Amino acid sequence: MSWSGGPHGAPEPGAVGLAARVRAGEVRAADVAEETLERVGRRDGELHCFNVVTADAMRSAAAAVDRLVASGADPGPLAGVPVAVKDNLCTRGVPTTCSSKMLEHWVPPYDATVVTRLVAAGALVVGKTNLDEFAMGSSTENSAFGPTRNPWDTSRVPGGSSGGSAAAVAADLAPLALGSDTGGSIRQPAALCGVVGIKPTYGLVSRYGLVAFASSLDQVGPFAATVADAALVLEVIAGHDEMDSTSLDRPVEGLLDATGSGAGGLRVGVVADFLADASADCASAVRAAAEVLAGAGAAVEEVALPELLHGLSAYYLIAPAEASSNLARYDGVRYGLRVDGDDVEQMNARTRAAGFGPEVRRRIMLGTYVLSAGYYDAYYAQAQRVRTLVARTFARAYERFDVLLAPTTPSVAFPLGAKTADPLEMYLADLFTIPSNLAGHPAMSVPFALDPQGLPVGVQVLAPALGEVAMLRAAGVLEAGAAPGARGPVASRSEAGR
Amino acid sequence: MAVELSSEEVLHVARLARLELGAEESTSAARQLSAILEHVDAVRALDLGGIPPTSHPLELVNVLRDDVERPCLDRADVLAGAPAVEDGRFAVPRILGEAP
Repeated sequence: MSWSGGPHGAPEPGAVGLAARVRAGEVRAADVAEETLERVGRRDGELHCFNVVTADAMRSAAAAVDRLVASGADPGPLAGVPVAVKDNLCTRGVPTTCSSKMLEHWVPPYDATVVTRLVAAGALVVGKTNLDEFAMGSSTENSAFGPTRNPWDTSRVPGGSSGGSAAAVAADLAPLALGSDTGGSIRQPAALCGVVGIKPTYGLVSRYGLVAFASSLDQVGPFAATVADAALVLEVIAGHDEMDSTSLDRPVEGLLDATGSGAGGLRVGVVADFLADASADCASAVRAAAEVLAGAGAAVEEVALPELLHGLSAYYLIAPAEASSNLARYDGVRYGLRVDGDDVEQMNARTRAAGFGPEVRRRIMLGTYVLSAGYYDAYYAQAQRVRTLVARTFARAYERFDVLLAPTTPSVAFPLGAKTADPLEMYLADLFTIPSNLAGHPAMSVPFALDPQGLPVGVQVLAPALGEVAMLRAAGVLEAGAAPGARGPVASRSEAGR
Repeated sequence: MAVELSSEEVLHVARLARLELGAEESTSAARQLSAILEHVDAVRALDLGGIPPTSHPLELVNVLRDDVERPCLDRADVLAGAPAVEDGRFAVPRILGEAP
């Protein structure tokens, strides 16, 4: 693929290099688009990364980039780079389904701010990627349109909820993708698919046009094959947006540079409590990652933060509570599905029963219950206190450390169907990712090792609010020290074996 | 503290949430929700006296934009996504009963 390095041995791999070659006129965006669409056509029937592929729009966008290059104008930092967009981000004129029957035929009248910024930067949107319905899940099996498969082993899940985006990057169907992360929905699939995934600081990236799940936790972020590519996307999509009242008005700079500036002097805390709850392979990857950072001049030590483990329980009260409120808008009136009834209330109830899948219905009921009279204080208010406890625990740790190191997931990619019978079992997949969402902090997963079956293992770097530069410095060092073959794309390897 | 939701309670919650629920589904939902609540019940047992609740990660203040006219979404574009439209508005089934 063009972004895997040109025939003449281009110095920079990935999206950073591809954009440079397109900008220099060495590669035509139109050729990149055709190559991408050909690859998607060949592979996506099996993987189902995409709910829809926007071939015509991609070709037009590529032609526009090529015209800008020919005219000598600046086509943008992501010129000609394909990007896959999670199907809960609004795209004007293109269905945005959230992988739900409720929105199966809904076409938004506007673009999400992140999509606008990517397009303005010259990126080529390939299509909309599959997810767990309304981003609720950890395996992409909750999609109303069928699961996505993990390119490393198609009998396994890609993780979720942004499984389509993670798998698209892992299978080399696009070098970049966007996802959303409410409790781990970028980092967990990134780890299971051997790619880089970043959940930025809450408020760093606009949520305008992101279909709301749990508004105090949701954040948009990038997937990429390399740390530098992910940082570049973050530079493009981050920054104040007046259309999002929770958007931070802070300058965002130095992210891409940070990825290559080393870990010298960085103070790194290894979250000991998480290691005990991770599989042996996931825990040993973290220990090896700690050694890599220490070898690069970081000061590394273990730290006990047991309070973080209470985050899971708090999350599964707070997120469903917010979801039950946010999803009240699907009432059969303004958009989406309608199933008729004798009166408006029956129409609402029938529409919602028909439009929402089992996990979404479960979370709406759970959220409604914990917010209802008599239970609010016992559950919801108590969960909000745990949220404070988690934030204070982090604050204490960040007095001594610049970043924390932890496993991203308790295990590697699991087989399809392995956890669908027991919702709780599935929820535990988010144990190590949830605390950062509760605190609003940035965190990212970096592919670092392979387990004995050859499946990728990610390690997680956590940082305090707006600590992206320190986080990316550590991530860059970890990427350079990762086991050979630990990161995607995997498509070329499996195809070479045919 | 075991949590046991009855199917009647689940049906009540479903009504509050405007979700039509059959008798069979209410039984399985009661079982699943009870299991989830039992797990998260750990938070109820924590002694968090004196710790204030957090509802949002940011110190939020109300945000107002400048009071300047600017275009909004086109009405036809917005209504194009609605299941039923009448005279440029969203159409809904009858809400009030017949006048006596």
